[in-house]
Amino acid sequence: MGKKISLILDGFVRNNPTFVLVLGMCPTLATTTSAVNGLAMGLATLFVLVFSNMAISAIAPMVPDKVHIPVYIVVIATFVTVLQLLMQAFVPSVYATLGLFIPLIVVNCIVLGRAEAFANKNGVVASALDGIGVGLGFTVSLTVIGIVREILGSGSVFGWKFIAGDGILAFVMAPGAFLVLGYLMALFNKYLKK
Amino acid sequence: MVLCLTAVCLLCGALLGLVYAATGDAIQAASLKALQASIGQVLPEGGEISEAVTLEEEDQTFEYYVSSKDGKTLGYAVKSVVSGFGGPLTLMVGVLPDGTVYNTSVLSHSETPGLGAKCATDPAFVAQWKGFPASKALKLKKDGGDVDAITASTITSRAYTLAVANAVAVVAFLEGKSGDVDASTGASSENWGG
Repeated sequence: MGKKISLILDGFVRNNPTFVLVLGMCPTLATTTSAVNGLAMGLATLFVLVFSNMAISAIAPMVPDKVHIPVYIVVIATFVTVLQLLMQAFVPSVYATLGLFIPLIVVNCIVLGRAEAFANKNGVVASALDGIGVGLGFTVSLTVIGIVREILGSGSVFGWKFIAGDGILAFVMAPGAFLVLGYLMALFNKYLKK
Repeated sequence: MVLCLTAVCLLCGALLGLVYAATGDAIQAASLKALQASIGQVLPEGGEISEAVTLEEEDQTFEYYVSSKDGKTLGYAVKSVVSGFGGPLTLMVGVLPDGTVYNTSVLSHSETPGLGAKCATDPAFVAQWKGFPASKALKLKKDGGDVDAITASTITSRAYTLAVANAVAVVAFLEGKSGDVDASTGASSENWGG
């Protein structure tokens, strides 16, 4: 039991995809313009990560080494497309704001990275837990970046506006994304990572 | 090796086919609902909405819906697509027969979140389209017209204005007030005035 919990916790701190592994920077920088966008992107990635980790750990022993990357990418792309279709069908309003970024999950290094570094060497259950841990770590990181950028850039949190006016526009755009990410990474590594 | 890759692709293809078949109806229903909601929003209440009509004019296609009551045309809802800052910007524009803009609604866009994306939410920007009279010029104030732009999103505002102007041109054509549709396709190619 303790091992299972530590597998999940690892994804938060020791293997935090954003602040420690520094993977998946493209969606991190692009989608965190607001807290809701960050949260939704994180959850979408979590879904793909759990299912692709499970599928890959199940088929890994049968896949020849030479073609393992193409096979993993096909599996990941399949789950991303499934997610896209499901969102389009059942939560069209979320899809309207996030649809643009969903296909990007295919090329998110976190998903392929976990398949390579963890899922192909471990069992289905452990891989699912690893997917949950890393996915939640990614979700929390993206949400925190989104909250900071939304406060500074738009004067609101989760769409609730508490400062009138426009905020510091730079934080909504790419330079602000890099600044916030850099400062949060420094804080994270100083206080949380041992 | 080839066998493995083929098998994986077949399996993934089958899974995708299943999910697509299962979600196809729901996706269509959701997009139809969104379309109907946007038509209802941009036209006066009480009219009977026609089926989609397409108008082809100089290699441009416009789709519109006519709202009529007792044989009298109440207004037209024109689907208007232009290129915005980040990709296609699709609007539903309600125009009364005399050329007054009744209301507008964004069907889809890929503008910058926090900047151009405000074209769908910014209260002042959205409100100015309600009852925009035919006598006013459909151009941004900085281009010598009567439209207030969104701060720091000139290109999006310009594209939005162009989409409305195109819709008004289509209605003028339909009402027989002008010989041809005087519409252009995008704002991105015009000057990049910030």
